[in-house]
Amino acid sequence: MSRIGVFVCHCGENISRTVDVEKVAAEAGRLFGVAYTCDYKYMCSDPGQNLLKKAVAEHKLEGIVVAACSPRMHEKTFRNAAKAAGVNPFLCEMANIREHCSWVHEDRDEATAKAIDIVTMMVERVKRNKKLQPITVPVTKKALIIGGGIAGIQSALDIADSGHQVVLVEREPSIGGHMAQLSETFPTLDCSQCIMTPKMVDVVNHPNITLHTYAEIEAVEGYIGNFQVKVRKKARSVDMAKCTGCGVCMAKCPQKKIPNSFDKNLGFRPAIYVPFPQAVPNTPVIDRENCTWFKTGKCGVCQKVCGPGAVDYTQEDEIVVEQVGAVVVATGFQLYDIGPKPAGSAIEGYGEFGYGTIPDVIDGLTFERLASASGPTGGKIVRPSDGAEPKSVVFVQCVGSRAREKGISYCSKICCMYTAKHTMLYKHKVHDGQAYVFFMDARTPGKGYDEFWRRSIEEEEAVYIRGMVSRLYQKGDKVVVMGSDVHIGVQVEIEADLVVLATAVQPREGADTLAQKLGISYDKYHFYSEAHAKLRPVECATAGIYLAGACQGPKDIPDTVSQASAAAAKVMTLFARNELEREPIVAKVNERFCVGCLACRKVCPYGAVEEKEIRDRSGNLIKVVAYVNPGVCGGCGTCQATCPSKSVELDGYTDEQIMAMIEAL
Amino acid sequence: MHTDKVKHDFEPKIVALVCTWCTYAGADLAGTSRMQYPPNVRVVKFPCTGRIDPVFILRAFQKGADGVLVSGCHPGDCHYMAGNFHARRRFAAFRKLLEFVGVDLSRLQFSWVSAAEGGKWVEMVTELTERVRQLGPLTEFRELELAEQWSGATLTTPELKEAYQAI
Ligand SMILES: Cc1cc2nc3c(=O)[nH]c(=O)nc-3n(C[C@H](O)[C@H](O)[C@H](O)COP(=O)(O)OP(=O)(O)OC[C@H]3O[C@@H](n4cnc5c(N)ncnc54)[C@H](O)[C@@H]3O)c2cc1C
Ligand code: SF4
Ligand code: SF4
Ligand code: FES
Repeated sequence: MSRIGVFVCHCGENISRTVDVEKVAAEAGRLFGVAYTCDYKYMCSDPGQNLLKKAVAEHKLEGIVVAACSPRMHEKTFRNAAKAAGVNPFLCEMANIREHCSWVHEDRDEATAKAIDIVTMMVERVKRNKKLQPITVPVTKKALIIGGGIAGIQSALDIADSGHQVVLVEREPSIGGHMAQLSETFPTLDCSQCIMTPKMVDVVNHPNITLHTYAEIEAVEGYIGNFQVKVRKKARSVDMAKCTGCGVCMAKCPQKKIPNSFDKNLGFRPAIYVPFPQAVPNTPVIDRENCTWFKTGKCGVCQKVCGPGAVDYTQEDEIVVEQVGAVVVATGFQLYDIGPKPAGSAIEGYGEFGYGTIPDVIDGLTFERLASASGPTGGKIVRPSDGAEPKSVVFVQCVGSRAREKGISYCSKICCMYTAKHTMLYKHKVHDGQAYVFFMDARTPGKGYDEFWRRSIEEEEAVYIRGMVSRLYQKGDKVVVMGSDVHIGVQVEIEADLVVLATAVQPREGADTLAQKLGISYDKYHFYSEAHAKLRPVECATAGIYLAGACQGPKDIPDTVSQASAAAAKVMTLFARNELEREPIVAKVNERFCVGCLACRKVCPYGAVEEKEIRDRSGNLIKVVAYVNPGVCGGCGTCQATCPSKSVELDGYTDEQIMAMIEAL
Repeated sequence: MHTDKVKHDFEPKIVALVCTWCTYAGADLAGTSRMQYPPNVRVVKFPCTGRIDPVFILRAFQKGADGVLVSGCHPGDCHYMAGNFHARRRFAAFRKLLEFVGVDLSRLQFSWVSAAEGGKWVEMVTELTERVRQLGPLTEFRELELAEQWSGATLTTPELKEAYQAI
């Protein structure tokens, strides 16, 4: 291609003051392939753009170089003008002779010489530019939400309310997540169940939401706008279409002594169960590991008593395939299990705290269940060991959090606030009881948070001791807490009836496996990584996948809900269009040269490189090559610089284009 | 504030290979802030330092550059997350190779310049220009280049190729 027009701009006087624009235009005219040159006062103005269009028509120009300001300023302007003039926008380049030349040099001769060089480089580049067409991909307007805690529920409702279809996948038999386990919530002390249950019911009744509970993500393929998701629905052993939720089966099940994990094992449940009475959906599942029928082949009571005949022992796992355009990941958190160090774990345990061996040492979530009106004690605060009302309770903050020596250096963010809440709930129920709190710092940034925290000290008379706890041990029916008070510099010892540990917030077990299925990145703790810590906090770097809630980092409910609604808004923005258009700066593989080493796949930050098999007509495998999915490629070019056989090229930045610029020196 | 310019006998050519998101933007900022620096540098823009193949550095030296500057986003700030980490690893190995073939490593500068660091860009370019000026022209590669041209091994531009095929 060698009919190039070079347009040199004066930018008022901004360029022409130091650069001899006429000379630049004249010199450019001498370059091989340049068919037209001119200089003009303001190229970006309407008359300037018209001049460009007219020149293209008159001189049959095939490529354009505008020597003016930075491409970051006006590349779009001139590429649009080129397009209007009938030239492929990617055959229009800017030579930056303002920011990189006239503004930073004073000597007119030197600046002019440099400007000529810059123009020459761009002319050589444009000669080798290829016509590129914007890439369009269709958008399937259906969203997948993984995780049915408050984050997933909020995103699902927002998207469904906007008129789009939503598929919500929850691993447990019921949606609700941690919030369903909480008693009352800071900073207003409203009852968690009361604000949560209506939302859960809205989800199951919403005409635009398909709910898969007791289900997990099996595999994810595709890219933004076009994901294909396989969902494994685990065998429930109860037919959801037939079950009326009457609960007869649960009442008659002879297995009654299975520890209820929803209640942190404080209570028991039968083998056919719903995790809690307000569960959504209200259809039981059979826990096959503990069910007598599945263990011995005898019993069958639930099947006999079930009126509608919903119990089905032969049910098998089912794979459902869903086509979606966007994914919101909302898998939440788990609490750090602080028992002795698990084998192979990078994180040290807290053997010295006796958690798991001393019955009256519990974690915060267990305390929530004790304080919950719908919990195993009906909201009465008692000790797990003997059921007595504890008269002195020690709360220990930062167990596992901000403890570099134990392997976690971050702050779990919610413990200061929920510990303050616990001291209040305790005092409201045990009026003559005394709460003590060991803490490092009180971190209460949030609307109404510091006021709430102060109330726990000033009105509920909790005693805050700044310092760490070194050891806990059983002495008679008491738990002795050995710690230090750094303010007065003494060792303290408290004999407590109950000890509550505010253990660190961690990502869910298996968060990394899910991330690998989705092709998203995570940090060293396995919290999912956002695309930009400040400016893109709810998007993953992988296009079309968004984050909500505690799976991205420790969060309380207000923050979780904000992020969930933000993620939903991002999904709706995507769904506002039928097709996505994106810059065609993507990598392409030359399948003839590619040796299939897949070195590119290892370095690609977007997971855009896939394996592709090349077969002959009778189906024999000839070779395996790399394939770059243009919908996913971010256009960084790392693959190209890495490829040992030089068989992947980034459109718009090919070796030929770059070499030509360097050689133009 | 025109200062009297010192005329030097030798004006080195510096090629800067930069990423568009950080260093190119930083150089733009130096412009909008009207900072001054030696006019010896020619900028080649890349999407990311991850795209920069060490071969480009060799080719620049071969085609007459006396110094090369490679610069992108600070570690952790890469627009594509990890491009600059791959680049850093690649260049660490490449420096060894260059040293082995006998190029003075002070002709090659790697650095991170963010979009907010117009001043750092100016310092970087000024320092490298002065340093390379002291070292004098890089001739070894140009001799190689001459030998290659003489043997007629390269037809590097489409025009040449076209002309060659027309014969
Ligand atoms: C003791 C304690 C007290 C608290 N008190 C308060 C309070 O008073 N006020 C407040 O604002 N916040 C409080 N919080 C914080 C609150 O619990 C969280 O902010 C909130 O639960 C986060 O919601 P989420 O949806 O992100 O995660 P979660 O509630 O953890 O929900 C995640 C859901 O995803 C599901 N899931 C996980 N992995 C998968 C998978 N692979 N596939 C499918 N589904 C999956 C889970 O089963 C779960 O249902 C407290 C937390 C604790 C531990
Ligand atoms: S399975 Fe049958 S008995 Fe059990 S809850 Fe459903 S309808 Fe009732
Ligand atoms: S250009 Fe970057 S994003 Fe695209 S395939 Fe190559 S490495 Fe991946
Ligand atoms: S975008 Fe600047 S180094 Fe990757």
